[in-house]
Amino acid sequence: MNSTPVAPNPAEDFEVHPLSGAAARPARQLSGPLAPEAAATLDAQVRAVDLRVPLLEKNDLLAERNRGYFLGRGLATLNLVSSPGAGKTTLLERTLDEFGRQTRCAVVVGDLETDNDGLRLHRPHAPVAQITTGGTCHLDAAMIARGVESLDLAGVKVLFIENVGNLVCPASFDLGEQVRVVLLSTTEGEDKPLKYPPIFKSAHLVLLTKVDVADALGFKRDVAVANIRRIAPQARIIQLSSRSGEGLPEWYDFLRGLAPAAKA
Amino acid sequence: MHEVGIMESAIDAVLRQARAHSARRVHRIVLRIGALAGVEPDGLRFAFDVVTRGTLAAGAALEIEAVPARAYCAACDADFPVDGGFIARCPTCSALSADLRSGRELELSRIEMT
Ligand SMILES: Nc1nc2c(ncn2[C@@H]2O[C@H](COP(=O)(O)OP(=O)(O)OP(=O)(O)O)[C@@H](O)[C@H]2O)c(=O)[nH]1
Ligand SMILES: [Mg+2]
Ligand SMILES: [Zn+2]
Repeated sequence: MNSTPVAPNPAEDFEVHPLSGAAARPARQLSGPLAPEAAATLDAQVRAVDLRVPLLEKNDLLAERNRGYFLGRGLATLNLVSSPGAGKTTLLERTLDEFGRQTRCAVVVGDLETDNDGLRLHRPHAPVAQITTGGTCHLDAAMIARGVESLDLAGVKVLFIENVGNLVCPASFDLGEQVRVVLLSTTEGEDKPLKYPPIFKSAHLVLLTKVDVADALGFKRDVAVANIRRIAPQARIIQLSSRSGEGLPEWYDFLRGLAPAAKA
Repeated sequence: MHEVGIMESAIDAVLRQARAHSARRVHRIVLRIGALAGVEPDGLRFAFDVVTRGTLAAGAALEIEAVPARAYCAACDADFPVDGGFIARCPTCSALSADLRSGRELELSRIEMT
C-alpha cells in the first residue's frame, strides 16, 4: 500500500501541515534572528541620535543674549506677568510718575492687539515701545530684542517689560529678564497661586495688587500670602495698591536695590 | 496654547538634526518633559500632528517621557521626591523647598531616522 508522500521537515521544530503544506507553528517561532549581514544593513539605516536639546533652544539662546546685553548696559530688567487686568499698566504709570522722576526708566509693553497700554504709559521722560503680538499669547525673547532696539536707552537704569495678560504661557518663555514679577490682584481669589502654579513657581517677586479693595471684596490677604509661600517659597512678596499708594515705597525700595548705580 | 509654539521650536531642532544626517524620514522622537514644566503632554501631542504635517517628521511616533520632580532640603541635606503637585515640602522636616533638582525639563532627547 502506497502512502501519501510527505515533504521532509526543514528543521526539527518546524512542521508542515500534511494537507495544505502551510506552516503548522506560529510565525513568530518560524522567524529566527536575522543573518548578521542583514542586521548590520538595517542598523545602518535607522539612525538613532541621543541628545539633550531644550525644546525652546532658540528662545533660550536669544534670552541669554538679551540678558548679556542688559547686564552690559547696567540695566535692571523686570518681566511683569499676570492675568489680564491685574493692574500692570496702572502700577507702571504710577511708578513712572514717582520713582521714574529720579531714576530713568523705559518700558516694553506687549498686547495681543491695540497700543492702548503704550499710549497710557507714554511720558516725556520715559521711552516706551509697544509690541502687538497679533494673537500670540506671550512675549518671547526675539520680540524683546526688537522692541528694545527701538528704544533710546541712554541713561536708562530700569527696564520694565509688561507681558501679555496671561498666567499660563509666559511661564515657559525666558525673556532675559533679571527679575520675574508675578502680579496677583485681590479681585482674583486667594487660591490663584494653587490654580496656576507654574508661573508662581518661577517668580522672584509676587505683588499682591489692589489691596485697597481687599476688605470690600472679602479677600483674605493672609490666605493669599500663605498660598504664594507654599508654591513659591523663594519669592519676595509685596502687598500694594496703585490707587491708595499703600506698599509703593516698598516696591520703589526693591527697584532701588536693583539699580544701585542710580542711588547717588 | 503655548504648546504649539514649543512644538514648533522642537520640530525645528528635529529637522535640523535630520538634515545634518541626510535623513529621508524621521520615525520616532522622544521628549523629556518635567512634571513641573507647566506644559501639557496632550497639548504637545495635538501640536505635534499639526506642526509635523508635510515635513520629514510627518507620521513619526512621539514618545513623551515624564520626568518626576525632585527638590533639595537644605536642613536635611537630602533630595526628596515632590509629590504634592507644585508644593515641594520635605517629608522629613516639613520645610518648603524652592530648590528644584529636577522636574522642569523641556527637552528633545532622541531622534530615530532613516
Ligand atoms: N481699586 C484698584 N483698582 C486698580 C488698581 N490697579 C489697577 N486697577 C484697575 O484695574 C483695571 C485694570 O488695570 P490695568 O492696569 O489696565 O491692568 P493690566 O494688568 O495692565 O491689564 P492687561 O494689560 O489688559 O492685562 C483698571 O480698571 C484699573 O483702574 C488698584 O490698585 N486698585
Ligand atoms: Mg496692561
Ligand atoms: Zn528637610
